[in-house]
Amino acid sequence: MSQHSKLLAGAAAVALLTGAGAAQAQTEVQWWHAMGGALGEKTNAIAEGFNASQSEFKVTPVYRGNYTETMTAAIAAFRAGEQPHIVQVFEVGTATMMAAEGAIYPVYELMADAGADWNPDDYLPSVVGYYTTPEGNMLSMPFNSSTPVMYYNKEVFEAAGLDPESPPTTWPELEEAARAIISSGAATCGFTTGWQSWVQLENFSAWHNAPFATQSNGFEGMDTELAFNSDLHVAHIGALQAWAEDGVFKYGGRRSDSAPLFYTRECAMYMNSSAAYAGVTANAEFEFGVAKLPYWPDAQGAPQNTIIGGATLWVLQGHEAAEYEAVAAFFNYLAEPAVQAQWHQDTGYLPITNSAWELSQEQGFYAANPGTDTSIKQMTLNEPTQNSKGLRLGSFVQIRDIINEELERIWAGEVTAQEGLDTAVERGNDLLRQFEADNS
Amino acid sequence: MEKRVVFRHAWLPYLLLLPQLAITLIFFIWPASQALYQSVLRQDPFGLRTSFVGLENFARLLRDPLYLDSFQVTIVFSIAVTALSMGLALLLAIMADRVIKGATSYKTLLIWPYAVAPAVAGVLWWFIFNPTIGILSYGLSLVGYDWNHALDGGDALTLVIIASAWKQISYNFLFFLAGLQAIPKSLIEAAAIDGAGPGRRFWTIIFPLLSPTTFFLLVVNVVYAFFDTFGVIHATTNGGPGQATTILVYKVFSDGFIGLNLGSSAAQSVVLMLIVIALTVVQFRYVERRVQY
Repeated sequence: MSQHSKLLAGAAAVALLTGAGAAQAQTEVQWWHAMGGALGEKTNAIAEGFNASQSEFKVTPVYRGNYTETMTAAIAAFRAGEQPHIVQVFEVGTATMMAAEGAIYPVYELMADAGADWNPDDYLPSVVGYYTTPEGNMLSMPFNSSTPVMYYNKEVFEAAGLDPESPPTTWPELEEAARAIISSGAATCGFTTGWQSWVQLENFSAWHNAPFATQSNGFEGMDTELAFNSDLHVAHIGALQAWAEDGVFKYGGRRSDSAPLFYTRECAMYMNSSAAYAGVTANAEFEFGVAKLPYWPDAQGAPQNTIIGGATLWVLQGHEAAEYEAVAAFFNYLAEPAVQAQWHQDTGYLPITNSAWELSQEQGFYAANPGTDTSIKQMTLNEPTQNSKGLRLGSFVQIRDIINEELERIWAGEVTAQEGLDTAVERGNDLLRQFEADNS
Repeated sequence: MEKRVVFRHAWLPYLLLLPQLAITLIFFIWPASQALYQSVLRQDPFGLRTSFVGLENFARLLRDPLYLDSFQVTIVFSIAVTALSMGLALLLAIMADRVIKGATSYKTLLIWPYAVAPAVAGVLWWFIFNPTIGILSYGLSLVGYDWNHALDGGDALTLVIIASAWKQISYNFLFFLAGLQAIPKSLIEAAAIDGAGPGRRFWTIIFPLLSPTTFFLLVVNVVYAFFDTFGVIHATTNGGPGQATTILVYKVFSDGFIGLNLGSSAAQSVVLMLIVIALTVVQFRYVERRVQY
């Protein structure tokens, strides 16, 4: 061996050693998320907290746009073999992710394979229930979950001669209150709603213990069919349609486009996600209260419990075992009471574990911020039934659009509630059959 | 008389054509054939299972009454966007052409909106027309019109037409202005001396001489309305209320990129491609005959 090649070999050995040393020091995993703005900062703070808590692993959070964009980007990356380890997927994408066997790494398997010490029983059943197999195994890690509640303008209630401390609990009471508000001139509109499919149909079904779809809302099989054209649903949507004519209800657009109606005092009540709390606090220049969603008192089994919206973290296949250990360690960190309680208190999203909820109580958070525990009380009101565990429907992003379209036709008075819901069910079932055919 | 160019080397013309051919191949033929291939398949989003379904994706589309409705919406939308953006741009160009003082600043200001991204343009108009906080909807309510594009299909279609047309006016304005400046002043002056008024001068001299520009812009604007407007719609109405603003290209986008239904989305883009090819042929065969170069 010449002097020259000896030198080279030595250099290579040093490079190898340092390379191995670096790999041992830090295993890096990619985390694609959809949290922009203030939420994005909180999200990054969690990753930084984890990175600072130990030296073995490093989580790199990457913002990939809104929920749809993030999910689409992760799927496209998977097709190209460039997928991240962890991706945040919204609840309506659940069935799509679940059906992708071979692409996803179920969380319960990951935790077992990594030998991680974790206690699945500490997680709130109504939060994780949405994301478990029928046997109760957790498929994805809940991250940001919320449930719809009702915000109401206390000042308007007072001006209309209503008690601001006792908001309506049933729909007939709500109608009465709305009419009192309108006739007194305190506001021109009774209530509006954000995310109409999620609040007025999906959660409405769970809250009244009525099926949204057959096969336990899709949990027990892909041969599920939509069922939200029952008499109860038609009566509810029909009532909203009638109310839309005299201002008891006002439609303000899809997603949260209706928020300004509440902020500008035009509507006295506003149903939307519990995570809208921060937005309402920032925009409402009046005193407001947070109440549970109303229910129909003559419906059997109401009120049951509401279901969640928001997103979970899915793990994608195709990486090294050591990297999955990092993912498992990160998930354990995420579920720590202090981390969860902080996230919950900062954002208005639900805590995912009992211990985080208890910690928030001990810290006096709910006493200092009245109304922030309405969501969790409402979600945990009763043991979830097969109608109130969640929804697991393929092509659900498109089905929600169909529901939006048909509800808009109903609000505009083009069709009756029965006709509109029948059409939505029929069009949605067509997509479910396609999804079933594509995934079997 | 036709001029013929004779190349000394047989390969030279091909070499000169090569860049254009490569661009066409990479940016048109390749994606188009991908779309054709995808349109006869059904696939789950992750690409784990693929099955050949023949023309099933197309058959499903043609059975869907809502898909057929969206043709109608697309036709109304495209005609309105093209007419509105070209009409206003022509008017502005004629005005700007006559301005002597501060002409450059007028022109710059009129060209600005073109630099705005479609989604931003959509959001801008969405705010202006917002039923609760919008300034224009407030103005409309004062004259007794209850504007609500979240509920009224006509209002929503008007909103996306205005937003899409507004964005394209600058582009059209630029071309019309260039076209106007290329018209010899002597022709117009001669007509004026013969006693032709401004209206008559416009229709007998300016408009015919502008026809190559107008024709070019017609093709570009129709293609714009068909293909380039989903950003505006996505940012404002999401195709709603009902399906009042779901034009064909928006459906391609939402089924493919939101619904992750690639087979159907590809089939729709093939249909759209055929329509635009047909439209372009019609324009070049029939409309171009009336153009005076």
